[in-house]
Amino acid sequence: MSGVRHLYVHLPFCAHRCGYCDFVTVVGKGDQHAPYIDALLAELEREGAVLAPDLETVFLGGGTPTVTAPGELERLLRALPDAEEVTVEANPETVTPALAALLRANGVTRVSLGAQSFQPPLLGVLDRRATPEDVRQAVRTLRDTGFDNVSLDLVYGIPGQSGSDLEADLDEALALEPEHLSCYELEAKPGTRFAHAHGEELARQADAMEGYFEQVVDTVTAAGYRWYETANFCLEGARANGRDLRARHNLGYWLGRDYLGAGIGAVSTVGGVRRRNLPSLSRYIGALAHGEAPPREDEPIDAETAARERLLLGLRLDEPVVLADVAGAFDADALARLSDLGMLAVTANGHGDEIRLTWRGRFLGGGVTAELLA
Amino acid sequence: MQQDRIRNFAIIAHIDHGKSTLADRILELTGAVSERDMREQLLDSMELERERGITIKAQAVRVSWKGHQLNLIDTPGHVDFTYEVSRSLQACEGALLVVDAAQGIEAQTLANAYLAIDGGLEIVPAANKIDLPQADPDGAAKELGDLLGEEPDRVLRISAKTGVGVDEVLDAIVERIPPPGGDPDAPARALVFDSSYDQYRGVVAFVRVVDGTFSTREPLRAMAQGTEFDAEEIGVMSPARTPIDSLSAGEVGYVITGLKDVSRLRVGDTLTSRRRPADGPLPGYQDVKPMVFAGIFPTDSDDYPELRDALERLKLNDASLSYEPETSQALGFGFRCGFLGLLHMEIVRERLEREFDLDLLITAPNVAYRATTRTGEEVEVHNPAEMPRELEQVEEPYVKASVIVPKDYVGAVMELANERRGTFDHMEYLSEGRVLLLYELPLGEIVLDFYDQLKSRTRGYASFDYDLAGFKPGDLTRVDILVAGEQVDALSLIIHRDFAYDRGRQLVERLREEIPRQMIDVPVQAAIGSRVIARETIKARRKDVLAKCYGGDITRKRKLLEKQKKGKKRMKQVGSVEVPQEAFLAVLNLDSDRKRS
Repeated sequence: MSGVRHLYVHLPFCAHRCGYCDFVTVVGKGDQHAPYIDALLAELEREGAVLAPDLETVFLGGGTPTVTAPGELERLLRALPDAEEVTVEANPETVTPALAALLRANGVTRVSLGAQSFQPPLLGVLDRRATPEDVRQAVRTLRDTGFDNVSLDLVYGIPGQSGSDLEADLDEALALEPEHLSCYELEAKPGTRFAHAHGEELARQADAMEGYFEQVVDTVTAAGYRWYETANFCLEGARANGRDLRARHNLGYWLGRDYLGAGIGAVSTVGGVRRRNLPSLSRYIGALAHGEAPPREDEPIDAETAARERLLLGLRLDEPVVLADVAGAFDADALARLSDLGMLAVTANGHGDEIRLTWRGRFLGGGVTAELLA
Repeated sequence: MQQDRIRNFAIIAHIDHGKSTLADRILELTGAVSERDMREQLLDSMELERERGITIKAQAVRVSWKGHQLNLIDTPGHVDFTYEVSRSLQACEGALLVVDAAQGIEAQTLANAYLAIDGGLEIVPAANKIDLPQADPDGAAKELGDLLGEEPDRVLRISAKTGVGVDEVLDAIVERIPPPGGDPDAPARALVFDSSYDQYRGVVAFVRVVDGTFSTREPLRAMAQGTEFDAEEIGVMSPARTPIDSLSAGEVGYVITGLKDVSRLRVGDTLTSRRRPADGPLPGYQDVKPMVFAGIFPTDSDDYPELRDALERLKLNDASLSYEPETSQALGFGFRCGFLGLLHMEIVRERLEREFDLDLLITAPNVAYRATTRTGEEVEVHNPAEMPRELEQVEEPYVKASVIVPKDYVGAVMELANERRGTFDHMEYLSEGRVLLLYELPLGEIVLDFYDQLKSRTRGYASFDYDLAGFKPGDLTRVDILVAGEQVDALSLIIHRDFAYDRGRQLVERLREEIPRQMIDVPVQAAIGSRVIARETIKARRKDVLAKCYGGDITRKRKLLEKQKKGKKRMKQVGSVEVPQEAFLAVLNLDSDRKRS
């Protein structure tokens, strides 16, 4: 089998851990960068046979990929196959001219910056190290280096964040004219240090923050961005110079395509099997150093499950889902009911009926999808 | 066994006064059960009974004592099961009246004692739990003596727990209770006083033989219903089923009928032999009319046939349960069931859920109403949603309630009774510190939580019993609940006009809390006819999405939505609104809230 066109590579290292983060990260362990890159390359050697010769996307996520020792990062980038879109996640304070040049010189086409907020007190709540000026400087540096596809991540619903704080964050972000913007509601995952510290405060503010999602969508779309996925926006039309600026890598997930993931905690879905590498750094490095597969677990994704996933992922997008593609995954009565409620629209097309969520339906996408599932 | 060596007796007592413990001790002492086999409350065979420490079903056990055959018929102790008590008593010549010596006479002591006296039974009084440090055997004996018009000396002093005085109890049964009458040579007749269903052998009838003799394999007929069958097996409980060849006049035992259809043999019917039939049946039982009604619906509508079968089975064991099919727009297909009271309802629900593994939704209970429409038509209404709108008059059932309480709590009881539209009848001192209060109350005011309130306002000291006392007109009105403009039939209620506005408002407020926010604004209204008396709006949700969903999140996200979907399946769809099952019970809890505020 050859033909997987999306590759994810996980770089777990971080300078420190942010309280709200629930990704697989590793703080410190500078001496592990080289062995980890060795292990990554070994894993790609083992598993890479499924990859198509012409990759569409590569995505380096983290962690903070840009705190990886520059030499090691460069070694990895050089070894990775070429792709039409190569994205690297970065924290603003790590984006030096030298780093930007390194990325640029090694085929990176897109940088995703974790800005999160422009309000110092809120950045403090999130344990973020970058200042608002670091974010602005990082964007300038990337532009100066020639990057024409920059994405910013924002977080809203931060404990203590007022509606005007959010407005200011959105204004600051839009002023930097990123090609792409991701806006996430803060999730205080039960059991995290952050939930422990701020959970009660968040519950108290829940009512006040209920309208923040609307505020984000209204503001960002009014600035000329396309709301193409629940939490993602991109420039379009003339402002995009005719380019499709959606995150193509992530679009692969949302369209239900196969993808290969490498690194600790990375997930692949290939040929009906979802494979999840376990998060232990030492075991991962140890196994691959001995020529063994990294510790991981498999989850079969049968056709029915795959159809359900296509439905739930597809409805996050602003493009329609073809009903014939998700036959058996949805409940026809619920579809009629949700259509009556104005939550989704059914349209006939050359290849059969298609559905998409209405503008209002997209704000309630979770509940609508839960109801629609068979 | 010669008839004059037989004694048939029941034990009657207020709940927790030690009836079942005494029964256990009697079984042990007479050697019916070895000490090793002794389980606490052996006669209470249902799991539920043992767990709750109460007796629900009557049981009949044969034991021997000094050359006599004693048939012990255990009885339920709760107010809801008075009917079963009176059925059991009809199979006896005497009753052991047990009172907790630390508590004295309680409301059900009185109720049961009167039932036995009315039935012409010889009563053997006993003051139990004399081993307790706070026991006052003399006080209890005096109360019992006063009640029965006997010398306190005749009251036995016992401890069923330690076994003290239990010998004397057995002796007193033999000495004081008369042997059964009946003609051993007449055509056979036996009263079916209880029955159960054995999944392998069909209906098992518990009988008291009045005349003649019944033998195994004898062709029998149930005289009232005309059902014919052969006695596949005849026997006695001792305490396990023990087959014997025949049962004669005065004896108590069981008959395995082989009948597979539970409705073909009713409790209260008379069995006779087809070889030499009796002329006429024994006086049967009066059909008890259930006074409390509620809708029972399967949570999953696919379970409807199972629910129907389960009710049919239960009905065999519980003659006082009645049910008829009901269709609710909100809850689908189910049954409107009639109960003797709230505990009865609770027990039926628990038995349905445990013994038949059903997941059920039960609506708030209501009483039976007699309505006269403007056109003069009279209807009995068991479901508030069926109350006609154009009414001339509505009558509701009343009860005579007796409450026994320490004198310090008389005020609290009076206050509660007044809140519940009670009419004071009279009060009397049972002893220096304890008072009997008699009230007339609408049954509809006590079905929800009167007993709980009574207990909590008297710190658990009050005991309570009631007798139905006929119907009386009341200024009652029907309040409907509308969710998103659609009437929710399962939430309609009938209530005194004075309480209608308050209750309507409380109900819509509670529903606003219970019904989760939906995709659209949902008005919740209470209305009398077309007039809206209260309104709340459940505001639509503004967001319901999982912010992030990338390659590693998909499984978790899918599972989350599938779980959410499963949760939705437990909700009932009212129009386009998902109403959680708990909301239908909101009506039940209003009263307790009302009292707290």
